[in-house]
Amino acid sequence: MAYLDHAATTPVLDEALEAYVATAREVGNASSLHASGRRARRRVEESRERVAAALGARPSEVIFTGGGTESDNLAVKGIFWARRDADPQRTRVVSSAIEHHAVLDGVDWLGRHENAEVGWLPVDEVGRLHPDALRAELAEHGERVALITAMWANNEVGTVQRIAELAAVAVEYAVPFHTDAIQAVGQVPVDFAASGVAALTVTGHKLGGPVGVGALVLARDVAAVPLLHGGGQERDVRSGTLDAAGIVAFAVAVEAAVKGQQEYAARVAALRDDLVRRVRQAVPEVVYNGDPDDRLPGNAHFSFPGCEGDALLLLLDAQGIYCSTGSACSAGVAQPSHVLLAMGADDDRARSSLRFSLGHTSTSDDVDAVIAALPGAVERARRAAQRTPR
Amino acid sequence: MRVLAAMSGGVDSAVAAARAVQAGHDVTGVHLALARNPQTYRTGARGCCTLEDSRDARRAADVLGIPFYVWDMADRFHADVVDDFVAEYAAGRTPNPCLRCNEKIKFAAVLDRAVALGFDAVVTGHHARLGSDGLLRRSVDAAKDQSYVLAVLTREQLDRSVFPLGDSTKAEVRQEAAARGLAVADKPDSHDICFIADGDTRGFLAQRLGETPGDVVDATTGAVVGQHAGAYAYTVGQRRGLHLDRPAPDGRPRYVLSITPKTNTVTVGPAEALEVSTVRATRPVWTGGPRPDQPIECEVQLRAHGVVVPAAVTVDGDQLHADLRRPVRGVAAGQAIVAYRPDPAGDIVLGSATITD
Repeated sequence: MAYLDHAATTPVLDEALEAYVATAREVGNASSLHASGRRARRRVEESRERVAAALGARPSEVIFTGGGTESDNLAVKGIFWARRDADPQRTRVVSSAIEHHAVLDGVDWLGRHENAEVGWLPVDEVGRLHPDALRAELAEHGERVALITAMWANNEVGTVQRIAELAAVAVEYAVPFHTDAIQAVGQVPVDFAASGVAALTVTGHKLGGPVGVGALVLARDVAAVPLLHGGGQERDVRSGTLDAAGIVAFAVAVEAAVKGQQEYAARVAALRDDLVRRVRQAVPEVVYNGDPDDRLPGNAHFSFPGCEGDALLLLLDAQGIYCSTGSACSAGVAQPSHVLLAMGADDDRARSSLRFSLGHTSTSDDVDAVIAALPGAVERARRAAQRTPR
Repeated sequence: MRVLAAMSGGVDSAVAAARAVQAGHDVTGVHLALARNPQTYRTGARGCCTLEDSRDARRAADVLGIPFYVWDMADRFHADVVDDFVAEYAAGRTPNPCLRCNEKIKFAAVLDRAVALGFDAVVTGHHARLGSDGLLRRSVDAAKDQSYVLAVLTREQLDRSVFPLGDSTKAEVRQEAAARGLAVADKPDSHDICFIADGDTRGFLAQRLGETPGDVVDATTGAVVGQHAGAYAYTVGQRRGLHLDRPAPDGRPRYVLSITPKTNTVTVGPAEALEVSTVRATRPVWTGGPRPDQPIECEVQLRAHGVVVPAAVTVDGDQLHADLRRPVRGVAAGQAIVAYRPDPAGDIVLGSATITD
């Protein structure tokens, strides 16, 4: 088996799992006043400090959530509502066409249900946003913009944005900038304060923590209307009994991922570069998508002309190679990737794409396995596509 | 063998896949997404195109421990089955979309793709027998037999098909599903036409073909006896829903005898006028033996779940001719005539063709 889908989820680190189990064995609600509550609270607050330190934030800026989708929704909707409440003319949201659906669909929902206007920032052919486009958008509509949301690194094609440059433009116009950094933390240097963003999404299971826990790092002066009302936990922004075990494990994973980031990136990028070089050798007509240089260390995203990505996936799966077409809807019907379409790819190129994402458990054996299986799979998938014209 | 199991989300295809696994095949499950917008087809157990059905299929595949994928065949299905269905009605014929789906989608587009991807055959949950002799036979469960809608398959298609359920009754299939822990064991049978969610075929056609009012004419007197909103909404042999202004002179019920799109006329008449003794059909497929240049005695079935009558059948080029030994009522153009040879091991499908008149 060769697991090359770390961008979907990556194995939990042993130390995170052990921390989870140890904490889960202890009874205690972090909101209780007695000793067991205090013990749970101590674990949560220590974790908050560890996450904050790892991400260049203050502890009070870390809001624990149930994961990336929740954090994105809280940022997009919560900041929109708070800003509009404070100033009714701020009804515009600025985003990019390559966001993950957790952001994209939230923005779209605001458009349909809250009469928000949406300004979509374009990306270039490698999936990069340009500060000039943001500046032009804000120069024209700045007075009415509630927030900007743009991802740090793209989950499909791996392109890493120059977030600090974008955030600096937002600061000029005093508009809060949220970034979905789910794919970035642990892969590239991420420093909340230094980046200048107002809000940042991070989740556990992409960096060796458990699924179902994450955080929104929210600058202290940025208000957000809660999605979940209740006991008033987490600055009143996110109610619900704190998942002490999950939070402890999450903090262990974040700390480890950030601490080991440089070494990790060097090792995994070398494996990835080897994979890319050999894929190009084996399938010369392959298209390497995304920014060739400024990209996530574990990401290799290709289009295989004349093939359908889902046929390739099936064929590789049958040989124990796990990768992704990078886009799936709930019914499992493959749609052409909105990211590639936004980058100017045509429908065929978008449908012919496949993502290999390496991670902390990847080895050169995984790369060898891909190279052994891929040429045959490509040939077969190409034949299948010829037999079944769309 | 490496086989692809088409899994609709129903009990039959789940058990068929399970049996293929048990037989030692390397099985991959595929659910065909046939609806362009699955949400609008969300009607529970009627068809095979809802999101719920897709999830049921996936759940069954997970229980069986086989890979599972969804293949988007919506465009093909729409062009080859739905559009064809509408066009056939518009031309005054009565199509069978399940048969067309087998012919064009399941055992054509899907099978071709499967073969290209390295699979040896397609497994489905159809109730029909297909043994090592390569002959297609009726299911042991006469009430559930689907050989009629499979009779359109060619030799090449049959050679790459596996029907594991033909020797079992539906009740046995359900029992087996329960014993195997498949949650679809009690799922109601699908029925009617999967792409007409509310079962209102007339409304579905009216939406696509518009209202085209015309005359209902009595065949005996030539008199206009009523109006219709669109001749496409009628099927030969139909009695209900004619809304005739006047009763027949003899007071007996009247039936649709024919539909003439050219003049937009529906012709009605007495039951005996429906009786047909010869059937002509086109595009014959013959898999149960040598093509009969001379008339051969066999049995024919002229619609799904229709009666079976003895007949002498000849195939000449792309035409099939059947002399029925006993007249049959309500033979509709567009339906298939399927020839069977009675056999104690299950009646054998000899061949089929599309009825022209």
